Amino acid sequence: MTTSTVTAPASAGKPAAPDPARLRRRRGIAQWGFVAPAVVFMLLFFGYPLVRNVVMSFQHYTPKTFFTGEAPFNGGDNWADVFQDALFGKALWHTLVFTAGSLLGQFCIGLALAVFFNRRFPLNGVLRSLILLPWLVPMVVSGIVWRRILDQDTGVLNSFLDTIGLGGHTPWLTSPGMALFSVVLVNIWIGIPFNMVILYGGLQEIPRELYEAASLDGASAWRTFRSITLPMLKPVVTVVLVLGFMSTVKILDLILALTDGGPADSTQTLGTLTYQNSFVQLDFGAGAVVGNVLILISAVFAVFYLRANRTEGK
Amino acid sequence: MASVTSTQTSAGHPSTGGGQRRSRRSWGSTVAGVIVLCVMLFPLYWMLNTALQPESGLLKVDPVPGSLDLSGFSKAITDQGGHLLTSLVVSLGAVVICLAIAAPAAYGLARFGLRGSKTIVFGTLITQMVPGIVIANALYNSYVDLGLVNSYFGLMLADASLGIPFSIVLMRSFMVSIPGEVIEAAQMDGAGPVRTFVAVVLPMSRNSLITSGLFAFLFSWSDFMFALTLNTTDEVKPVTLGIYQYIGAHVGDWGSVMAASVLSAIPAAILLVLAQKYIAAGITGGSVK
Repeated sequence: MTTSTVTAPASAGKPAAPDPARLRRRRGIAQWGFVAPAVVFMLLFFGYPLVRNVVMSFQHYTPKTFFTGEAPFNGGDNWADVFQDALFGKALWHTLVFTAGSLLGQFCIGLALAVFFNRRFPLNGVLRSLILLPWLVPMVVSGIVWRRILDQDTGVLNSFLDTIGLGGHTPWLTSPGMALFSVVLVNIWIGIPFNMVILYGGLQEIPRELYEAASLDGASAWRTFRSITLPMLKPVVTVVLVLGFMSTVKILDLILALTDGGPADSTQTLGTLTYQNSFVQLDFGAGAVVGNVLILISAVFAVFYLRANRTEGK
Repeated sequence: MASVTSTQTSAGHPSTGGGQRRSRRSWGSTVAGVIVLCVMLFPLYWMLNTALQPESGLLKVDPVPGSLDLSGFSKAITDQGGHLLTSLVVSLGAVVICLAIAAPAAYGLARFGLRGSKTIVFGTLITQMVPGIVIANALYNSYVDLGLVNSYFGLMLADASLGIPFSIVLMRSFMVSIPGEVIEAAQMDGAGPVRTFVAVVLPMSRNSLITSGLFAFLFSWSDFMFALTLNTTDEVKPVTLGIYQYIGAHVGDWGSVMAASVLSAIPAAILLVLAQKYIAAGITGGSVK
């Protein structure tokens, strides 16, 4: 064993005195080889669509475009058309209501469950992980299941409400006045597990001694929650809300599965409107306009988020 | 070996000996927890329940299936079996592409101190902001030009994009914590960067690789939007799209729609049971970073 290490000096096989600058450059190229594929991929699948959408929003697309390959520039026509369409304003409003309602519901219930599961009791771990299931099922599938549950005449929700004497004829998804509310309800159900898990992780990080000190001081449960739990949880809360916002504002799957944007466009959001413009009416220019608005909203939100983070870090 | 998984899942269990009153109260919490779980899982129970009553059609569904009628499932397998297979092939392909691209990048960003690393990591986080439908809008046009519409490879690539940023962030945060001496030792033995990565870094990062792979699979399996927008024919139709089109055509046939839904939810259920600790780690690790 000793002989082998002695007889194999580190420099034995190397060529005499390689140029250090060249070596470093070669190593730099090899190192970039690790990162480059991912950078190229992300530029193609995230960067390029952003740029292309801006360009597309100034082009005139028709169903014929895909045969001729021609989409002439038409100035701001797409933008003017979209903004003058009453449906755009409605979709924007629905998107905001949907996002705010979903986040509020998901977060409050998620937080309550996180606090609940933060206590020690038998089977805690098993129950906590099973609750994740709704979040892992494909969203379209959840949407379709809920479509059956919320059916006005034969759905189980109305049957149940009927049995306990609370009406039972609510047109959950078929009345323009109700549909958006119902869609929000379903999305809250989908988002609870995600909120719960992240907030639970945050709660676990809070040192137990703080609670012990509070209980020695005789603080009430509500006081402890407000003075210890909430402030300590703040960074995690920000993360949950930002991620929740990003994934909720662009909603598409769920609404297509539940209502297809109807009835009477009452659940049309910016996401579904982009889809309908581009992939149903084949007017990709108009779709790109709505898509750009969606990006703009996300970007504004991201800037606020980053700025809040920075000031907090100082 | 400290792992991303251990921090979140193991905490919070040691039973405290607090006498009988304490333990009775904690079993009360268990009962409350079971009730919460039942409410949360009820829609999924109802999916299974409806699937087992295929003859109910547009009628009300009984709370419990009277008999074990599997005809809904056999019809669902006849109609959707091929689409399930398509989902499986596309998702596995997306996982391979995702890990092949994300794992080296995570290592490079964690370890090499390249100029621009910070910008790239920031950009990776920002990608989560880009709405999928915006990507599809632009991608469809490029896919038409490149002949990738209605192709397995095209859908795999698009689906891989759902997992790549997540995987880079997750694996990078793990690879940062690998002790530098281990990597230096490999280099002292004469291993180049590729050898070091394959023989030392990857085996040590096993847990984060598995977590990333699982999530890449689930993201791709659940994908509906790319399936909907990047396919114009029936050639490449994953089960999510299959079920969506099913309800358009078979409104009265809820039994087999629900049976197909149950089948499409099986991977999520299996993964949750078999890989629970990785899932919990992924949700927290990938988002809190």
